[in-house]
Amino acid sequence: MTALRRHRALTRIWASEPGWKGWFTTVNHTDLGRMFLTVAIFFFIVGGILAMLIRAQLASPRSAFIGPEHYNQIFTMHGTIMMFLFAIPLFEGLAVYLLPKMLGTRDLAFPRLTAYGFWCYVFGGSMMIFALLAGIAPDSGWFMYPPLSSTIGAPGINSDFWLIGITFVEISAISAAVEITVTILRYRAAGMRLSKMPIFAWYALVTAVMILTGFPPLILGSILLELERAFGMPFFQVADGGDALLWQHLFWLFGHPEVYIIFLPAAGAISTILPVMAGTRLMGYGWIVAAAVSLGVLSFGLWVHHMFTTGIPHMGLAFFSAASTLVAVPTAVQIFAWIGTLRQGRPTTRLPMLWLLAFFATFVIGGLTGVMVAIVPFDWQAHDTYFIVAHLHYVLIGGFVFPMLAALYYWMPHFAGRTTYFKLGPTAFWLIVPGFHGTFLLLHWAGLLGMRRRIDTYDAGQGWELINLIASVSSFVMAIGFALVLIDVVVNVTVAVRGARDPWKAGTLEWAMPTPPTAYNFASIPEVTSREPLYDAPDLPVQIARGEGYLGDCTRARRETLSVDVATGEPRYITVFPGNTALPVLMSAVTGLFFLGMLIKAYWLIPLSALGVIACALVWVWSLGRKESEGLLPAGRGMSLLTAAEVSDPPGWWGSIFLLLANGTFFGSLLFGYAFLWTIAPNWPPPAYVEAGSWILLPIFGGATLSLAGARLKSIGGTVLTVTGLAALAFSCTFLISRAPDPTAHAYDATLWVLMGYALLHHLVALLMMALLVARMLAGHPAATTSGALRIVRLWSDYAVAVTLVTTAAAMLPGMLT
Amino acid sequence: MHPAGSAAKVIATLWWVLLGGATAIFLFVAGLIAWAWYGPSGERDERGFVIGLGLVFPLIVLAALLTYGLVVGERLLPRAGPDVVRVQAEARQWAWRFGYDDAPERETENVLHIPAGRPVDVAITTADVIHAFWVPRLAGKLDAVPGRVNVLRIEADTPGRYEGLGSEFNGPGYRDHRFSVIAHDAASWDRFLQGDAP
Repeated sequence: MTALRRHRALTRIWASEPGWKGWFTTVNHTDLGRMFLTVAIFFFIVGGILAMLIRAQLASPRSAFIGPEHYNQIFTMHGTIMMFLFAIPLFEGLAVYLLPKMLGTRDLAFPRLTAYGFWCYVFGGSMMIFALLAGIAPDSGWFMYPPLSSTIGAPGINSDFWLIGITFVEISAISAAVEITVTILRYRAAGMRLSKMPIFAWYALVTAVMILTGFPPLILGSILLELERAFGMPFFQVADGGDALLWQHLFWLFGHPEVYIIFLPAAGAISTILPVMAGTRLMGYGWIVAAAVSLGVLSFGLWVHHMFTTGIPHMGLAFFSAASTLVAVPTAVQIFAWIGTLRQGRPTTRLPMLWLLAFFATFVIGGLTGVMVAIVPFDWQAHDTYFIVAHLHYVLIGGFVFPMLAALYYWMPHFAGRTTYFKLGPTAFWLIVPGFHGTFLLLHWAGLLGMRRRIDTYDAGQGWELINLIASVSSFVMAIGFALVLIDVVVNVTVAVRGARDPWKAGTLEWAMPTPPTAYNFASIPEVTSREPLYDAPDLPVQIARGEGYLGDCTRARRETLSVDVATGEPRYITVFPGNTALPVLMSAVTGLFFLGMLIKAYWLIPLSALGVIACALVWVWSLGRKESEGLLPAGRGMSLLTAAEVSDPPGWWGSIFLLLANGTFFGSLLFGYAFLWTIAPNWPPPAYVEAGSWILLPIFGGATLSLAGARLKSIGGTVLTVTGLAALAFSCTFLISRAPDPTAHAYDATLWVLMGYALLHHLVALLMMALLVARMLAGHPAATTSGALRIVRLWSDYAVAVTLVTTAAAMLPGMLT
Repeated sequence: MHPAGSAAKVIATLWWVLLGGATAIFLFVAGLIAWAWYGPSGERDERGFVIGLGLVFPLIVLAALLTYGLVVGERLLPRAGPDVVRVQAEARQWAWRFGYDDAPERETENVLHIPAGRPVDVAITTADVIHAFWVPRLAGKLDAVPGRVNVLRIEADTPGRYEGLGSEFNGPGYRDHRFSVIAHDAASWDRFLQGDAP
């Protein structure tokens, strides 16, 4: 087969549907990556317009341009959009587009999940845009502190848009994180050891795991606050045993890792681009990996530094102050390794490098002011002033937007397959960078002069007028620069001339394919032995196109790629991907109805849409695997492998592991919240703890034993045991709820309902999975009896058992202690 | 940045030290990049860059800084003393009410009276949402959290009027959520406690 005929055959198999229909049915990561990036940039424009309104309002004292009601919505939505609808999705889009190409594989681990996450993002984001246009957007600040954001301070629907819309959008973050993690661990070129991965993959791996452990506290907080607002369950109301500080802990448990979730992908782009711009290889690969991992770990230990002024004891503050300054160390390791790389190479000022220099100049200042506010007494003065506003924009724009602009110009030839048409790029650069510093540098000083953040206007005569005028004018200069970048991108994508492959002479695998990329990425999956394969084997692209790698033979006419060993990258099995389908967009629309029902309090919609989601999920899973067993199949280069449907650790098992990691973090946060209320909240203990006779231990322990044992028997009898066990556990939880009939009475009762509801939800999930398994067994589906499917179901039923044991113990413990 | 009390002064000094240090480090990094850019290429010094500059250098700077911050923080804590005056501040949307331990029947709205030259402990709480008490020229800020009382130590060196601000966003009236602090000399403080109009 010639390279061209192989290209045509593979394109027939992998291509999305033509025209607009393709947008809704595509599951291809290149398409979805581009769609993610486009939508994220759309939200950047919306957030940017809001920023322009803010600066227009603050340009002069006592401005009558916008009143406080609208101003409060504008700054809340500016922060919310930039954080949740721009920064995180931009990373997801970049990772979705790039990772399979850099890793040498053909798609992400769960293509339909990519599409589902994307559509959840679009629908959730649309809710927020609707609220903004209708003038009923959230207005309590982007970190939504109750009681201000709860029914006391915000009786309207505004806060509900935030809590429900953002939680809906977070589905996309969690699903992207699960599949980025599984893709990096199991879907790489043959022989690519973890230590030979492109550095960007390491950063993406750390970021994805951080999303899995950082977002659940926020999702939990949002659910609790929405329950308080909708049903009066008093989690954050001090009079009924709640505590407003619980929200701050949950929010910043997410919020600080979030900063590094945003910074690390940018650092990954820098570590990829900078060595290429300097014509050398990255200095200190191992050190940088270690620095990224330790940043990830450390960032979970310093959330309290956003709460230095809430009255926490000084020695407690000292610990978090130390942890906060300590994150400067791994950051410094990376910065100096990059400077060392520049030193060892021969850097040239091409446009991506220019943006990296802007990154250095800006981010170093942001990092240094970050160390300043980590020092507690200084923070007592600077907190909630424009000093903080300036600091966070230096970190986020310097540490994320500028590197992403470098990434944009670096990978644009790849996205579009054209030589970049650099006419507007440098002009935009010279508008944006001075414009940025003109906007924010002096605002540090305004903050120290006492200018609080979030005021809608100010009086003359406080020494801030000139600073604010300069800031506003500069911000419009910066905005013009961004508009030029946008025009530049459009010009490049549409009218520039076709370019050569690999214009920067980079060494990573994404440049080993024709550009713009084909739907299948690699005509055959290469064997890789070094970090920069194209430097060590310059004719690799030709070998790939000739089909000399794995799975170059496409006679099976379906989407196949290679799954490899986690550590060594040895080929392990063949994954067969699903084709184009509208199921993801349908399922996310039905999921949207669920959230919509919550939002407009049309509660009849909730059970209906839940059933709809379950139906979609069953159809989704049912289509996996084949009716007949295939055994070993030739995979190329003389190797024979099984398909994923017939192995014991299929992608679904790995996906479940990481989904359960996020789920377990959610559960852990719930227990943390419970313990926090129990020990710290002022109005405890509640009027009464739940009490149950000791007979309740029988269904709990009996059910747990039956369920655990049944899940280990490979027969219908085993399934019956597990189902019986889970039913007993569900009964115990329902009984405990009935002993605390009023969830609005006290935060304890409310928490009990949530704990039990969480356990019941997991019983339901496990039961549904088992029902599906049995149905497939009865239908004679071979995949149902392979150990892979059984192991997945066992994971979830075991998790349900563990959750029930912990929740019932937690519910009854205070009653037993008193 | 015009401190008029010991706490604000200590923090102002801290700021100038931080600013000086940060400027020095920024210039050092900028110089290093320039040197890396224009210097002869090809030199590979992983140990110097990664371990020396990346690990050892920040650890030393940060250890010194943390110690300094801790010492300053300890000095600002509200410690018991013979001449400490205690007042209460209760915030609500959008006003402040102040009470005085030395004159339990006195209550003032949006104006806090304190004696100059004596340490004052402000017991801060709220009637509704979260607020923060901040008199920029006298001390740092502290939040007013529902169900809790947080104590902030302030001190004015000289008699006079100081502007106070609610400094935690609290809804549409946030901009004008302000108050004044009037620091009295000893004689006028006594008169205030005895009920004379300020």
